[in-house]
Amino acid sequence: MELMPPPPVRRIVLDDPPNVVAAPPTGTTTTAGPAAPGRPAASRRHPGAVVRERMRIEGLSVTYSGKPAVREVSLSIRAGEVLALIGPSGCGKTTLLRTLNRLTELTATAKRSGSLSLDSDNVDTLDVTELRRRVTMVFQQPNPFPMSIFENVAYALREQAQRRPKRPELAPAVESALRRAGLWDEVADDLDRPALRLSGGQQQRLCIARALAAQPEVLLLDEPCSALDPRSTAIIEHLIVELRQDLAVVIVTHNLQQAYRVADSVAFMYLGELVEHGSAEQVFGAPRAERTREYLAGAFG
Amino acid sequence: MATTPSTRTQAVESTATWRRSDRVALALCWAAGIALCVIAAAIVLYMLYKGIQTLRPSLLVDRPADGASQREAGGFLDPLVGTVVLTVMATAIALPLGVATALWLVEYGRPSGLARAVESGIEVIAGTPTIVLAIFGLAFFSQEIFSLLSFTAEGNAVFGRSFFIAAIMMSFIALPLVFGSTREALLAVPAYVREASYALGKSRWATIRRVLLPSIRPGIATGTALGMGRIAGDTAIVVILLGGTLRLEEAGGPPIFSTLKGTGSTLTSYVYENSPAGEGNAYDKAYAAAFVLLLVVIALNFAIDVIARERGDARWS
Amino acid sequence: MTDARAEQMLGAFACVVLLMILLMVVSVMAKAWPSFAHNGLLWFGSGGGDTVDDQLSNIFNSPANPKDFVYELRAWPLLYGTALITLSSLVIGLVFALLAAIFIVEFAPKPMQRILEPVVRLLAAVPSVIYGLIGVLVLVPFVGNTLISTERKEDVIFVVQLSGNSVLVAVTVLTVMITPIMVALIVVALRAVPVAWTEGSAALGVNRWRTIWTISVRAVRPAIIAAAVLACARALGEAIMLSMVSGSLGFAPNPLDGLTFLFEPTRPLASTIVEGAEGFSVPPFGQTLYAFGAVLLVSSLFLSLGAHYAKRSLRRYGLTP
Repeated sequence: MELMPPPPVRRIVLDDPPNVVAAPPTGTTTTAGPAAPGRPAASRRHPGAVVRERMRIEGLSVTYSGKPAVREVSLSIRAGEVLALIGPSGCGKTTLLRTLNRLTELTATAKRSGSLSLDSDNVDTLDVTELRRRVTMVFQQPNPFPMSIFENVAYALREQAQRRPKRPELAPAVESALRRAGLWDEVADDLDRPALRLSGGQQQRLCIARALAAQPEVLLLDEPCSALDPRSTAIIEHLIVELRQDLAVVIVTHNLQQAYRVADSVAFMYLGELVEHGSAEQVFGAPRAERTREYLAGAFG
Repeated sequence: MATTPSTRTQAVESTATWRRSDRVALALCWAAGIALCVIAAAIVLYMLYKGIQTLRPSLLVDRPADGASQREAGGFLDPLVGTVVLTVMATAIALPLGVATALWLVEYGRPSGLARAVESGIEVIAGTPTIVLAIFGLAFFSQEIFSLLSFTAEGNAVFGRSFFIAAIMMSFIALPLVFGSTREALLAVPAYVREASYALGKSRWATIRRVLLPSIRPGIATGTALGMGRIAGDTAIVVILLGGTLRLEEAGGPPIFSTLKGTGSTLTSYVYENSPAGEGNAYDKAYAAAFVLLLVVIALNFAIDVIARERGDARWS
Repeated sequence: MTDARAEQMLGAFACVVLLMILLMVVSVMAKAWPSFAHNGLLWFGSGGGDTVDDQLSNIFNSPANPKDFVYELRAWPLLYGTALITLSSLVIGLVFALLAAIFIVEFAPKPMQRILEPVVRLLAAVPSVIYGLIGVLVLVPFVGNTLISTERKEDVIFVVQLSGNSVLVAVTVLTVMITPIMVALIVVALRAVPVAWTEGSAALGVNRWRTIWTISVRAVRPAIIAAAVLACARALGEAIMLSMVSGSLGFAPNPLDGLTFLFEPTRPLASTIVEGAEGFSVPPFGQTLYAFGAVLLVSSLFLSLGAHYAKRSLRRYGLTP
C-alpha cells in the first residue's frame, strides 16, 4: 500500500527585527553565550528598550482555608518585558497571577500575606478598583459580555468615568484598542454586532482589546490561548510580543513552547514555591535548579 | 512564615470613589432590603399576635354556628375538614395528570405540533386567573351530564357546585406546578442514565417506570407541595364553586359520596365570610382561622425546603 | 406494557389536559358573547346614563322573558380601575423587587441573606385572603380614620363616600403581595449569571454596583420580564383580596382630584365577578360576568404572548431565555 506523502509544513512568518543579544535582567546571573538554538528572533527585546519596574512582590504567600497555594514568592514585574510563569498544574501560578490584581480576595477563604506594590505604592493603600484598572486581566476562557463589540471594548471606559461619556468620545479609544489587539480590520465594518457571534480567537482578542482600552500599566494573561486553535494562538502570541513595548505583560502558561516563543523573563514555580527566575535564555538554555531541568525535559507535567 | 504583617482576607471596596448615583443606588438597595425584612416581620408577628390572642382549641373541634350567630358560638371544624378534603382531592387529580403529561412531553413528544400545543396550553393555565377557572367550572358542570357530581334541585337544575367540582378546578392550579417540576427533573437526568437502561435492553416504558420515576421523586414532591400550598390558599374557586355553606352539607347518596357531592367551606372562604367583606362579622374567628391557615402554609413550605435540600444532596455526579 | 401502548396512554393524559384548556377558553368566550353582541364596542366605553353599578343591577333585575333581557353595560370604570391598580402595583413592585433582589444577591451581609431568602419564599406562599384580612382590618380603618380627614370626606360626599377602602390600600397590599414572587425569581436568575462575566467585569476595575447593574441585571432581562408577567397575571386575577380592600364601588378614580384620588374606592373586574357571584342564575347577568372573565382571559393570553416575543428579541445577545 502506498502511503500518502505528509502534508507540507506551514510556517507562520513573524517580523524579524535586527539580531541583537537581549540585555539580561538586573540582579540575576546569566550565562554568557548565544541564545538557545531555534528561538525566534522576534521575541528578543529591542536594544534600548526601557525596562522599568512596575510591580514588586516580596514574600507573598496565599493560603486557601489554611492550605498554602503560594509560598514566599518574591518577584519584580517590569514594563517592556514579558514575564512567563510556568510550572505544572496546581503549582500556584494562576493563584499568583490572580493575587496581582487582588482577584483572589473575591474568594472568601483566601488569605494573603507579604507585600505587593504597584509603582512603589503598596496595593493595600490603593482602592481595589483603581488597582484593577491599572492591572487588567484576560482569562483563559474568552468571556465577552452579552453586548455588542463596541460596548464590550468601551465598557471599562464607560463605567470608570465620572460622567457617562457619549459614543463619539469613546470611538477613538475603542478603535485604538481594537487596532492594538489586531482585531480592527476584522470587525470595523460592523461594531454593533453581538460580541458572542465572533469566533473563539476573535473573542479572545476582543477581551484583550477590552483590557487594553483602559490604558493599563500591567496586563495579566491567564493561559489565554489554551482554548484556541493554533492559528489564533499564533496571532495572539504575536500580539503579546508587540504589546510589551508599552506595558508589563505577565503570562501564565502550561505550554512550554509558548513560553519559549514569547517570554523575555521566566519564573518557574513548583508546589507554590518560586524555584527559578531569570531571563528566558538562561532558564531555558542553562537552568540552574535540578527541578527546572527535570520539568523542561518533560520528567513531570 | 510571614515576613511582613499585612494580611488581607476580604477585598474591602470603599464606596468613596463611587459616583454619586452609584452611592444613591446602593442606599436604595439597602432600603429595599430592610423594607422587605420589616414588612415580612410585621406580617408574621402581627398574625402570630392575633392568632395567639384569638385561637382556642375548642375552635378547632366545634362545628360552625349559623351565619347570624357567628360572633357568639361555633368553631371552624367544618372549614378545616373542607380544606384538607379539597387539597387532597385536587392534588390526587393533578398529580397523575401532571406527571403523565410531563413524561409524555419529555420522553415521547410526538407529533411535535401536539407537544408544542400542550406546552402552550399548560402555560395558558398557569397564567389564567383562578376566578376565570371558577366561572368556567360553574358553566361546564352545570350541565345535565354532570348531575352526578353535585346537588340537583327540583326542576332538574344542576347546582354545579360541590367538592367534586371545586376539586377538579383546583387541580388546574396545581397542574402547571407539578408539570413544571416533573419536567425540570426529567430534563436534569443525564443522557447516560437513559442510554444505560436502553443498552440493557429495557423498553422505554420500563425505563420510565423502573429508572426515571424513582429518581425524579424529589422533583415531583416539590411540585406537589407547591401545588398543595397554592390550593390550600385559594379562595376564589372555593367561594364560587363550593356552595358557600359554612357547614358541610350532604347532597344525598352513599355516605362519603354524598359529602363530596355536597357543599361546604374551607378555611379560606371562612376567613372571607367572617371579614367585613362577608356577612359573618366575627373578626376574631377570622383571625384564628387565618392563623391556622398560615401555619398550614408554613408547614408545607418547610416541607418543600426539606425536600429541596435532600434533592441537593443526591446529585447526579 | 409495550412502548406503543404506554405512549398512547400518556398521550391520552396530555390530550385530556389540552382538551380541558380548549373547552375552557371556548366556553367562556361563548358564554360571554351575548353581552358583547348587545353592546358592541361601546362595552368598553363609559357613559350610558347610569353608573356602571346601576347598569349591573338593571341587568340583574331583567324580566324573565328572554326577549326582554337587559344587557346594556359600559364597563369603562371597571376596566380603568383594574388597569390602574394592576399597573401601579406592577411598576412599584418591580422596582422594589429588583432593588431587593440585588441587595440579597450582592450587598446583604451573610446572616441577613440566610434569613431573607426563606422569608421571601414564605411571603410568596401566603394566601391572598390573609393579606386581605390584614388589609381590611388594619389598613382600611387606619386610612379611613387617620389619613382621610373629615373635610376631605365632606368635600366629595355627593359624588362618592370615602371610607378607608381605597386605591391606596389596594395598591399597597397588592404590591406587597406580588413583590416576593418577583424577588424570588430575580434572585435565582441573578445567581445564575456566569461568574466569567462578573469576574471579568471586576477584573477591569469596575465597582460592585456598576458590575451588577450593567452586567448581571442586563443579562437577566428575560427573567425580569418573566417575573413581571407572572406578577401581572397574579395581580389581574386577584379577586378576593381586592374585594376586601379596594371598596365595592364601580367607580373610576379621577387623578385630577389630587390627593383625594388615592382615597377613592374602585373595584377591579375580578372582584366584580366574585361579588356578583350569586347572580349567575340570572342569564343576562351571568353572561355579563362571563364577559368580564373573557376580558381577563384574553388579557392574560396577551401578556404571555407579549412576554414570549420580548424574550425572543433578547436572545440576540446571547442571553438564555
